[in-house]
Amino acid sequence: MKRAALLALVGALAIGCAPPQASHDQPQGAGEKTGELQVWLFAEPNDEPKEKVVAEAKKEFEAAHDGVTVKVEYLPVDGRANRFNGAFNDSNSSPDVAEFGNTDLAGYVASNGFADLTDELAKWPEAKDLVPSVLDTAKVDGKVYGIPWFTGTRALFYRTDVFDELDLEPPTTLPEVAEVARAIRKAKPTMYGIATGGKSLYSALPYVWAYGGDIAEQKDGKWTATLTAPEAKEGLERYAELISDDICPPSACAQMTGSDAVAAFAAGKAGMVIGGDFNLPAIDAGAVKGKYKVVPLPGTETGSIAPPFAGGNLIGVFRASKKYGLAVEFAKLLAGKKYQQKMYDAMGTLPTFGDVQSKLVASDKSLEPFVASVKAGTKFVPATPAWTKIDAQGILPTAIQQIATGEQSVDEATKAAAAEMNKAFGG
Amino acid sequence: MTVVGERRPAGPVTSKATERVGDGRAAVRYLLPAGVLLLAVLAYPLYQLVQISLYDYNQPQASGAAPLRFLGLDNYGELLGDPQFWSVLLATVVFAAVCVAGSLLVGTALAVVASRARPIPRAMLFLAALGAWATPAMAGSYVWLFLFDADLGLVNEVLSGLGFTGMEGHSWMYQRYSAFAVVALEIIWCSFPFVMVTMYAGIKGIPAEVIDAAQLDGASWRRIATQIILPMLRPLIVIATIQSIIWDFKVFTQIYVMTNGGGVAGRNLVLNVYAYQKAFAGEEYGMGAAIGVVMTALLLMITVLYLRAQQKAGWSA
Repeated sequence: MKRAALLALVGALAIGCAPPQASHDQPQGAGEKTGELQVWLFAEPNDEPKEKVVAEAKKEFEAAHDGVTVKVEYLPVDGRANRFNGAFNDSNSSPDVAEFGNTDLAGYVASNGFADLTDELAKWPEAKDLVPSVLDTAKVDGKVYGIPWFTGTRALFYRTDVFDELDLEPPTTLPEVAEVARAIRKAKPTMYGIATGGKSLYSALPYVWAYGGDIAEQKDGKWTATLTAPEAKEGLERYAELISDDICPPSACAQMTGSDAVAAFAAGKAGMVIGGDFNLPAIDAGAVKGKYKVVPLPGTETGSIAPPFAGGNLIGVFRASKKYGLAVEFAKLLAGKKYQQKMYDAMGTLPTFGDVQSKLVASDKSLEPFVASVKAGTKFVPATPAWTKIDAQGILPTAIQQIATGEQSVDEATKAAAAEMNKAFGG
Repeated sequence: MTVVGERRPAGPVTSKATERVGDGRAAVRYLLPAGVLLLAVLAYPLYQLVQISLYDYNQPQASGAAPLRFLGLDNYGELLGDPQFWSVLLATVVFAAVCVAGSLLVGTALAVVASRARPIPRAMLFLAALGAWATPAMAGSYVWLFLFDADLGLVNEVLSGLGFTGMEGHSWMYQRYSAFAVVALEIIWCSFPFVMVTMYAGIKGIPAEVIDAAQLDGASWRRIATQIILPMLRPLIVIATIQSIIWDFKVFTQIYVMTNGGGVAGRNLVLNVYAYQKAFAGEEYGMGAAIGVVMTALLLMITVLYLRAQQKAGWSA
């Protein structure tokens, strides 16, 4: 009897009380006008110049607002999910302003994480110069949740000295990328033909897109994975082919992320790499400064360009911020034209304002291949909250690793990954 | 003979019933402070874990953006129906078994060595063991990773220096079993000192007279070791084993750090890391909690079974 009563009690407790849920609504009014404004930005490799720019913005903001101090914390990109989710779940420990990647936007908004800035942007004169396609990456259901801070586009970096020595021409098609990479590795066995890894998702996606596939499609508001389509499978297989002993050995490359690959290239350990405009300062700080060139990543046919991923970061205001007014002001300062220009000067990141962008491209030759890639048409990951989950679970990297290591066939790996993705989409 | 002596106080003779009631009351009073503490730090989190595992509790639910949905046992159903869970469970059990056996063997062997060594070598052995024990899991993991690094690691350097040129640039952390093996070595390295110190204390606690008496009776050393020393060490072996099982079954840091979150395509996952990946990387807190509950239940079962077996074999705590 006693045991039954205990069981009933435990059962009632488990069902009766629900697990904790945070609650916070869109802030009303400006909130606190003094105190410490907490800002989260991403730590990048070699981000001293970034820190300098941010320090300048901090100084300017503090001078203009009495009794306000700005505290900036730099988060590692890899561990960001835990930090952001922690902030969403406990509104008391939430910072005020944060930089975040546009791929995370849908997930963060679904978690009630960021404040709706649509009205603020409508009142802000600079906002009308934002490139519309870039501003779209800051929108969910027509509402803006962040100010685009910079965009990131990837292209193909290659070592001019190695190519000259081996008498190679930069590849003009994706199959040629593999051929050239193989030739480099054969002549220089200590080098990766192209540094690229199982976890370098944004190097892999252009392959899928170039072969005419995609990872998911939206029909009637519902997303479904399209990885098992022959085009997507071919793209993934062609990409996984790069992670092989005669190009980039799986024992070293299967776990490589995009930043690892760029670091290997910057250290002179690779003949090529798919890197971003935002990687230029880090690469110039390495051993290969002045010994490389950049071309758009070619497509399947000569003269075509593989669609690059439309990456970029936003500056948003936490919904739980107690200093909403100050937070919006700081976001507008840091993501405004003046500091975007400074960020470009320091980090080489491409601004999101049309007028600032065209001025720069005219004067800076190193941006040409990236701009050409963007003009050829960029693509984006599924704009749904499920993407944050798919990304965090590493579903696609796992599939690429399985194909590259031969653990599973393309059919098996893509079938399993598609099933996982559909589960995340809620199918 | 019994090692754990009869602890009953030799007080005045009372009737058995009143003695039992008095004992019970005293026991409750003694246990109360620990009980309150356990309730706060153990029972409450466990209660929440079970509760969360019964809900569809993901990131939007946690931050209050989506309504809660009661699932009952659906999370458990999905978990038990997932083939990956079973393969991870199998890997965890085998991996933990290897680590437990390894640390018990190494620890006991070194305890015997220590009990027979001269003071200075013994002190050095203890210093080395305590050093390993005191090293934070994170630091230990990185040190071992570096030892086994493909390009710069000492292990490959030494092996290729000894003539195994094939080992130059060999990646230890790539293949599933060799990655598991290196992690197991690290875990044995950092957990044998506990076994060693426990066993050493046990060996030192065996009265010399007992051994002398056995020797006088003409027992061989093998017989003394297996039939006198081992049975007397049994309670300590039980404690060390259960502790090791619990530690090694829920190992997290070493796997997470050394295999970079579970190895290539998750082939080095163990249950705890799997739960973390589901709960925090995948943001399925409900599912992660369900895995946690299953792990807790499994550990309790192992502990109870083991204690039972020991009781049957003649040792009672």
